[in-house]
Amino acid sequence: MVVYGVALLSACLIVGMLIGEALGVLLNVEANVGGVGIAMLFLVIASNSSRFKSLVEGASGRGIEFWSAMYIPIVVAMAARQNVVAAFEGGVLAIVAGVAAVIVSFALVPLISKLGTKSSAENNEVDA
Amino acid sequence: MDILETVFVRNSLLVAFAVVGATLWISYLIADRLTHGRIHGSAIAITLGLVAAYFGGRYTGGSNGVADFAYLGGVGLMGGGMMRDFAIVATAFGVKIGELKKAGLAGVISIFAGVIVSFIVGALVALAYGYSDPVEITTIGAGAVTYIVGPVTGSALGASSEIIALSVAAGLVKSILVMILTPVIARFIGLNNPQSAMVFGGLMGTTSGVAAGLAATDPKLVPYGAMTATFYTGIGCLLGPSILFFIVRAVV
Repeated sequence: MVVYGVALLSACLIVGMLIGEALGVLLNVEANVGGVGIAMLFLVIASNSSRFKSLVEGASGRGIEFWSAMYIPIVVAMAARQNVVAAFEGGVLAIVAGVAAVIVSFALVPLISKLGTKSSAENNEVDA
Repeated sequence: MDILETVFVRNSLLVAFAVVGATLWISYLIADRLTHGRIHGSAIAITLGLVAAYFGGRYTGGSNGVADFAYLGGVGLMGGGMMRDFAIVATAFGVKIGELKKAGLAGVISIFAGVIVSFIVGALVALAYGYSDPVEITTIGAGAVTYIVGPVTGSALGASSEIIALSVAAGLVKSILVMILTPVIARFIGLNNPQSAMVFGGLMGTTSGVAAGLAATDPKLVPYGAMTATFYTGIGCLLGPSILFFIVRAVV
């Protein structure tokens, strides 16, 4: 059943969010700490384990794949509801700070990627 | 007119599906015909979305882009946090555990490095613009982390609402730039495998920016980048009003 996959997906997100909120309270932070990431880990574990086979294979799997495929349209909708005007009106300081942060972070990607395992560093060079 | 409004507003989510679908169709057509596939269709669609959000905000004076038009209210629901997170988690379906382990340490380092580096850059820009109050410098630095870390830090430290607005603007600029620039810059920074995508997500941290940027680069990389990015804001909210503020106060 398609809904089994959707239900598994929902359950992963809700439990992940609960853990993320609890972590936030524990750390005394007004934010959800990694809820989505934790939910993703649950889904990865479920889809790699034999115990959850009936929830991730066949029609159930298609229920998850549907939402995975809806990802780009949802991101386009997300872009269309951003407060772009506020970003522009923040003035020069906001733009300079944002631009500088992005440039420096981009530059660090290859550096920190190299800290990974040797094989991944080699892949980088071959593919580039 | 009344009939139109009744139907559109009552079925707002369906209107959003139709409008976004049409936008993607046009974008892929443009990508195919005008750029011969050099620019990814989803990158064009995301840019169109941002442009529409700009005019929506200008026209309505609201803060939710096109979603402030009554007819397009459903875009707000479709592109809101709940649906975004739901779809992001779904992209993790089929991810191999081995790929995650390979970038484990680099991924964790990237989150802390990303928060701290963006913060320092933002704080330096604030200093360069003549701010000298540690609370204000910290809030603007935190805004360069993400547009959530900025206001969380600012309100924890008791910054003025103008400074908080400024920090949100800095974070929004960052998020939008990541959306637009990622597909352009991907090849130059080796962003073509799950490991570098995890590092990328951890360094950039803006979930919306990373989500959209990777989607327009290579949808297969999305789950890896999103996984680390979602920890970033939490870590930022943790470090901003505490350690990073203490350091700024000690230095200034």
